[in-house]
Amino acid sequence: MKKTYKIDVDCANCANKMEDAANKTEGVKNAVVNFMTLKMNVEFDEGQDPKQVMQVVRENCKKVEDDCEIFL
Amino acid sequence: MNKKQKKMLFRILLSAALLIALHFAPFTGAVRFLAYMVPYVIIGYDILRKAGLGIKNRQVFDECFLMAVATVGAIAIGLVENGDYTEAVAVMLFYQVGEWFQSYAVGKSRRNISELMDIRPDYANLLEDGKLVQVDPDEVGIGTIIVVQPGEKVPIDGVVVEGTSTLNTAALTGESLPRDAIPGNEIISGCVNMTGLLKIRTTKEFGESTVSKILDLVENASSRKSRSEDFIAKFARVYTPAVCYGALALAILPPLVRMLALGLAPAWGDWIYRALTFLVISCPCALVISIPLSFFAGIGGASNAGVLVKGSNYLETLSQTDYVVFDKTGTLTQGVFEVVGIHHNTIDEAKLIEYAALAESASSHPISKSLQKAYGAELDRGRVHNIQEISGHGVTAEVDGHTVAAGNDKLMAKLGIPSVPCHQVGTIIHVALDGQYAGHILISDVVKPTAKEAIDALKKIGVEKTVMLTGDADAVAQQVASALGIDQVYSQLLPADKVSRVEQLLNEKPAKKKLAFVGDGINDAPVLSRADIGIAMGAMGSDAAIEAADVVLMDDDPLKIAKAIKISRKCLGIVYQNIVFALAIKGICLVLGALGIANMWLAIFADVGVMILAVLNAIRALFVKKL
Repeated sequence: MKKTYKIDVDCANCANKMEDAANKTEGVKNAVVNFMTLKMNVEFDEGQDPKQVMQVVRENCKKVEDDCEIFL
Repeated sequence: MNKKQKKMLFRILLSAALLIALHFAPFTGAVRFLAYMVPYVIIGYDILRKAGLGIKNRQVFDECFLMAVATVGAIAIGLVENGDYTEAVAVMLFYQVGEWFQSYAVGKSRRNISELMDIRPDYANLLEDGKLVQVDPDEVGIGTIIVVQPGEKVPIDGVVVEGTSTLNTAALTGESLPRDAIPGNEIISGCVNMTGLLKIRTTKEFGESTVSKILDLVENASSRKSRSEDFIAKFARVYTPAVCYGALALAILPPLVRMLALGLAPAWGDWIYRALTFLVISCPCALVISIPLSFFAGIGGASNAGVLVKGSNYLETLSQTDYVVFDKTGTLTQGVFEVVGIHHNTIDEAKLIEYAALAESASSHPISKSLQKAYGAELDRGRVHNIQEISGHGVTAEVDGHTVAAGNDKLMAKLGIPSVPCHQVGTIIHVALDGQYAGHILISDVVKPTAKEAIDALKKIGVEKTVMLTGDADAVAQQVASALGIDQVYSQLLPADKVSRVEQLLNEKPAKKKLAFVGDGINDAPVLSRADIGIAMGAMGSDAAIEAADVVLMDDDPLKIAKAIKISRKCLGIVYQNIVFALAIKGICLVLGALGIANMWLAIFADVGVMILAVLNAIRALFVKKL
């Protein structure tokens, strides 16, 4: 399953950091952050609940880049 | 400016004002320290917090950490030695100025890009009881009549049923030339209706329409990283800890050596100051911020020019393209057959076409269509009788009482009429009237008007070799290739042969030179994905091509290929300039700092000054109009 989320982040490098963090999160098959459109496309592993996974993704992103936000 | 930026600007101005005021204040000792702490905390509290969080989350060595250590260290020196806190506050202040500037520049360029890519239609007009009703384009079914008023965007692909107008396709193709729309024309969503009211019968759902597909492509452009970005990310991972340890060594080793080996005073303060200067200089933000920003601006600039690039790695590969392989039909040629010549005719050219078109009028073959098109008017079938189609030869028929034979040389031979062979390549229709040879009509695929210019442009920018692949007959292929100045031709290829040809070319070329394949996506999706970089022509083409390609040209003008390569080269040029420039300045300043020649102010320039220059340079990648 694929979902798109709006995000807020200040610099292109911070966006890259967020993408890394999201990709390392359990339950995420593939995550892509588009800095131009400020959107995060997340592809979830089979049988995962996007809501729960995204909570963890958000936490992990906040760890690497305190200023970022994912609008769930 | 958004709220965050306004708040930051306020913090910057406030602490700058306080810093200047404090310069003239006669405070000493603890009061002085506390007074200077006010602007320091105002400007730097979030950096200190981030540095703390970084340590807690085991992400120690980032820019915030460097800044926090440098400023806290500078304050400590001030506290112990001379009571000068200005430098510490200034470092933090200028660091924030740089960050603010970067964020402002990004916001500005993002708006530039999104304004031009703003093609999403918000509504569709339906006509209900003589009144226009606005509905969500998603709810409009296939075959519905929608109304597009002047100034509105066409929301869904369809066919014009009523009204004439001109359409602005700039947002889709980057092309400013307006297109005419008359009843019967197919028009694509995303165009802006400029002059007249149009009624359109939709042929697709909104989700399948061009505008949706393009928006999808732009928004889901995978941000696969280029090697330059990877390099910087890896570099920063090694570099930041390395300079931290370097600074630590600079602070500790020389004083120890002085004290123990040389018997001099250790001069701790002096060496710690040098170490802190070293830290500020070494901050890698100029690189980690400007490199991704350059690619961001480069991809944005390219989409404005009608070139969609799916990721920064493709932009990088595109800049190294040395071999360009073309598919012929639909890429270099129109893919539409037209009458291009009439030779050896014994009767008037128009008359010859008229007879041939009438004789062929019952056929649905593309040849008959091109004859009809060349004739230009409606065919009166009543004038034609007794049509006989001879498979593989042509037709014979009676037109206005004359016996007309139209077909290839075999037909002429069969009828015993001597025919004149044509020295040009293409499909030849010999025409005989009442048993007498009347001339022949040459029909062939037409080369796109900009194709020659496009090949020249590629040669001019240093593309080593151009190759054309086609399923067509060799004679046709050779003629097109020599007319356009293409270096190498492979003809009579089946779709599978195209893949193996491209693979062969890939094997023959040196690994560093990249091969681009350009196709229109019909039958060549496998080749598009096999080449180093696949360029699909015409986003209005097939979905498979858009999937398989790495770069999509919005219109089908082959000149855009050279433009895309130029855009990518400009972007990569900027990336390398920034890497070299930032590393060189920092390298020089680091040496000066270690020797004690550079003070904190030079360090601030090496950090923030270089960053601002690099960001300004990166933004340049956005401007691609004049390439």
